[in-house]
Amino acid sequence: MSGADAFLKEVLANPLSAWMKRHGPAADVALSSRIRLARNVEDLPFPHRMSEDQVQHLLDMARQLEAPLSSALGEVHFVDLSGTSPLDRQVLVEKHMISPLHAGKARPAMLTRRDASVNILVNEEDHFRIQVLSPGFDLDSVWELAGQVDDVIESRVDYAYQEKYGYLTACPTNVGTGLRASVMLHIPALVMTGNARGIFDAVSKVGIVVRGLYGEGSEGLGNMFQVSNQVSTGRAEAEIVANLKGVTARIIEEERRARKQLATTRKVELEDMAWRALGLLTHARRLSSEEAMKLLSQVRLGVDMDILKVVDPEVLNELLVLTRPANLQKLAGRSLTPEQRDEVRAELVRERLRRSIR
Amino acid sequence: MLCQECGQKPATVHYSQIINGHQTELHLCADCAKEKGYGVWSMEPTFYLNQLLAGLLHQDPIQVGAGLKCDLCGLGYDEFARTGKLGCGRCYTAFGNRLEPLIRRIQGSSVHAGKVPRRTGGRLRLKRELQALKRQLQEHVAREEFERAAELRDQIRELEERLKEGK
Repeated sequence: MSGADAFLKEVLANPLSAWMKRHGPAADVALSSRIRLARNVEDLPFPHRMSEDQVQHLLDMARQLEAPLSSALGEVHFVDLSGTSPLDRQVLVEKHMISPLHAGKARPAMLTRRDASVNILVNEEDHFRIQVLSPGFDLDSVWELAGQVDDVIESRVDYAYQEKYGYLTACPTNVGTGLRASVMLHIPALVMTGNARGIFDAVSKVGIVVRGLYGEGSEGLGNMFQVSNQVSTGRAEAEIVANLKGVTARIIEEERRARKQLATTRKVELEDMAWRALGLLTHARRLSSEEAMKLLSQVRLGVDMDILKVVDPEVLNELLVLTRPANLQKLAGRSLTPEQRDEVRAELVRERLRRSIR
Repeated sequence: MLCQECGQKPATVHYSQIINGHQTELHLCADCAKEKGYGVWSMEPTFYLNQLLAGLLHQDPIQVGAGLKCDLCGLGYDEFARTGKLGCGRCYTAFGNRLEPLIRRIQGSSVHAGKVPRRTGGRLRLKRELQALKRQLQEHVAREEFERAAELRDQIRELEERLKEGK
């Protein structure tokens, strides 16, 4: 087995990447911070218009980057994902390592640092999508690391770049800096107090987008929302990052304030909710993905507000990935119908949570 | 709730996006969501943006670009207007005049103010530096600080020489 194959096997077998286990700043509200830089090679058609030979050329070029990236960042692997199954690709999507678009490509590849905090998606919508992740609210460090990765690639590859437009991308919504900075937030108290919508409306006026998976009503699935910059050009990278940082810090502050308010005005309701959620998760025999997300959010809030001191927070992060359909099937070692999935999910959550209770 | 796309299976994927206070919602069944590229935790709703973009292009008078073609990758402007995706870096030059107002509209600006690649952008860095020095020179002249202005003028000359040589 080659180094890359062994690495991929290890990645697929561990739901929690090494970077997710580190403790990040403001972890009570912020799950992770991410920087993405879109980069293309000069005089080579963008991926959606490349011939097979050109795709091969791009992959060869990426393979050549393994050594210089490793010496700059520590162990980096070039992994050709062409031969991987749809399930394995979906597992990588659920781990935030590749995008759904990338998973659907005939020949996706990636350059990944051992702790999976740095992923360079090769042959996605653009030739290279540099992606750096870090736990908690930590935009400065992801921004610095992404810049470092970019410099290493740029020393070997001629980028498609124009003085006027900046870095050229397949979609004009990414042109200029090619930068998207984002923070994943868990804001249950803002949702419970009905303040979330107002905040989203306000931040959208300063060039910030809030995305989330929504349930039947309006609250985000598991109260998780991704805040990111909307525009990629006309401003310097540092300014875009600083803008997002400022807005995110405010949202975090508001969430903490809402939690304090709930703790004084709706204390028993909150305790009841957290303990009930833990009760359901440790006893249910069937759990849909949505219900699991919802209950895990309530337990997380309980942990972060010191109501549930018995639960180890790391297991919550692990379950967030493990309860997703592909990871669940990977762990079960067979393909499952949606009903079977709900049973296996319930069993897994019961077992992991009970084992972690202190 | 039934899937908005096929209208047959129950909607299990709910997607919502707010841009400038305007919210759009999509409720799809798992199959249609997959087909449209929405996964749970989709990191980048590129499909969505491309659709929006194509929409903008279609209602646009700048569509008169029909017939334009990129000489490197062969992409026609009409195809770009349909998909919202460019074919290669050269397309930005080929469709220049028509692209610029569009980029300005989506991004609020079309002028790059960020990072310059170190190696390929060597000349560019010098040019940016030159512009900055010229601005400073004007400021010092305005404040009648002629000694400092003279120093700056020499630096500017030297940079201009280097730029000429590098050509």
